[in-house]
Amino acid sequence: MATPRSTASRIFSNRAFLLICLMATNIAMIVLAVLLISIFWQGWGTLSWKFITSFASRKPSEAGILAPLMGSVWVCAICGLVALPLGIGTAIFLEEFAKRTRFTRIIQTNIMNLAGVPSIVYGILGLTAFARMFGAFGTTSEDAMNFGDSESLLFLRIPFGSTVLAGGLTLMLVILPVVIISTQEALRSVPSSLRSGAFALGATRWQTVWAITLPAAIPGIMTGAILSMSRAIGESAPLLVIGGLLLVFNTPQNLMSDFAILPLQIYNWAGRPQDSFHALAASAIIVQLAVLLVFNGFAVFVRQKLQKPLQ
Amino acid sequence: MTTLPTTSTPRDLDQLGRTKSVAARVLRERLIVGTLAIAACFSILVTSTIIAVLAQETWGFFQFPNVTLGDFFGGTEWNPLLGAEKHFGIWPLVSGTLLVTVIAATFALPIGLVCAIYLSEYSSTRVRATLKPALEILAGVPTVVYGFFALTIITPVLQKVSPAFGSYNAMAAGLATGIMILPIVCSMSEDSLRAVPRSLRDGALALGGTKFDVSVKVVVPAALSGIVAAFLLAISRAIGETMIVALAAGGIAQITANPTAEVQTMTAYMVQIFLGDAPAVGVEYKSSYAVASVLFVMTFAITMIGQYILRRFREEYD
Repeated sequence: MATPRSTASRIFSNRAFLLICLMATNIAMIVLAVLLISIFWQGWGTLSWKFITSFASRKPSEAGILAPLMGSVWVCAICGLVALPLGIGTAIFLEEFAKRTRFTRIIQTNIMNLAGVPSIVYGILGLTAFARMFGAFGTTSEDAMNFGDSESLLFLRIPFGSTVLAGGLTLMLVILPVVIISTQEALRSVPSSLRSGAFALGATRWQTVWAITLPAAIPGIMTGAILSMSRAIGESAPLLVIGGLLLVFNTPQNLMSDFAILPLQIYNWAGRPQDSFHALAASAIIVQLAVLLVFNGFAVFVRQKLQKPLQ
Repeated sequence: MTTLPTTSTPRDLDQLGRTKSVAARVLRERLIVGTLAIAACFSILVTSTIIAVLAQETWGFFQFPNVTLGDFFGGTEWNPLLGAEKHFGIWPLVSGTLLVTVIAATFALPIGLVCAIYLSEYSSTRVRATLKPALEILAGVPTVVYGFFALTIITPVLQKVSPAFGSYNAMAAGLATGIMILPIVCSMSEDSLRAVPRSLRDGALALGGTKFDVSVKVVVPAALSGIVAAFLLAISRAIGETMIVALAAGGIAQITANPTAEVQTMTAYMVQIFLGDAPAVGVEYKSSYAVASVLFVMTFAITMIGQYILRRFREEYD
């Protein structure tokens, strides 16, 4: 801004920049459109009810995604059941109870760092900690300790091996920082006057959290939870480390079942040279995106219907 | 305010009306705080376990006879699976990762920033209402879908443009990774642009600045720490991205800056190993942990720098 420029040239750069802006945003929109159209164009033909309800097959015309779909449901359910209480609890502790000490600052920094760790590294952690349990129970499957009947719902084996339980817990590690950060943001958006009011009436800290802060923050917490679950559904690298690409011919029966998940099935089909498998991959992607859209739609619904102004 | 529970809680009754001593209430309070504190410590446990596991297995890798620290960090050949003599020099994998990351960043950082400026400074509410959900959808698309897109759409298009592109190439993987990080760059930059107070814009406009002057010369510098943090986060995502490069970048570990060439990234090598190309006890298998350590240190350092910039250079206006 050293030399004064003519009004004309400033107006010109103003216009030119607006043009660049429009081009950049259009690129983003065009990319999204091309992505969606190309996938529908490739996959719509092979998408059918039979595709969703059949098991894997070497023949493209008979292959389906029932096992990976149910595997994804199991893994994500376990992931959510552990990650949501743990993450929300951590966030409540950090926002509502902890004093601003060195220790809490370390935890806070640590959570930000965990959010940046590549998901495949979590896969290595899950493989060592959950699937093999650090080799503390031997390294071969014969050494494993069994609890209960292998057919029953409550069957448990230690170490977990490449099972839905190990997969779910690993995914939990991946989305835990996301859950914590989004819950913290939701709690921070609750005005402090509400808390002061509760304290003034003689409530303890926990009573304030349980009766005042949490109900007010629930829409934000739920939105964050749904979005992190939708991340969990699409995450595949950590589970690839744990289980590899398994061909599974049944839906999970208990926590110790083998699992396939939808994104890895997509990876498997996409990596093959034949076009017929690419079509199957595209069909599976349509199913995956449909599930995702339901989740995102639900999050938008929660955000708009439940969120009430608090000021 | 009517939606909040308004039940009054007398001193000696809890919310369900049961009588309770003060001692019991204090005890319950302590138990709950204790449980929550344990939950919070879990994140520390996760980090320390990651570091411990990676350190131990990497140590194990360097115990193998034909592996030395000097070769690993100085070597320019990476062929653990083929050939009579195995070489473990990390640079070909690092070079592959950087090539893909540079392509992704060159595509996504400028476009993402300009998108953010447009959304924050120029766009009408109606345009925002369509653009934001579109970006959210892009952000939610699983990365394996981008990998499929790179393989079946981007690569054939590149091959039409120039026959030099192979069926696996760094360019397609880089562009797909760029598409993946675009929403991160855009939405995080937009957040920090919107956090710049209105008074700065009003002041600049009052001095006779055009909209362009205000956005680019006042608002962007004011939000620079947030924008740089967004860039760094996006770059660390690109470095750690796995499924796109595993599908589209190929499997030849080589030092090259040629975007038409096939490259193997650190993450793609780990995928190759964990998909079972090597026995679980051999030196090849252990090498994937050493690669994971390098990857972890790189992304961790970038995240730390980003946090430092946010803390140190943040402009406070309130």
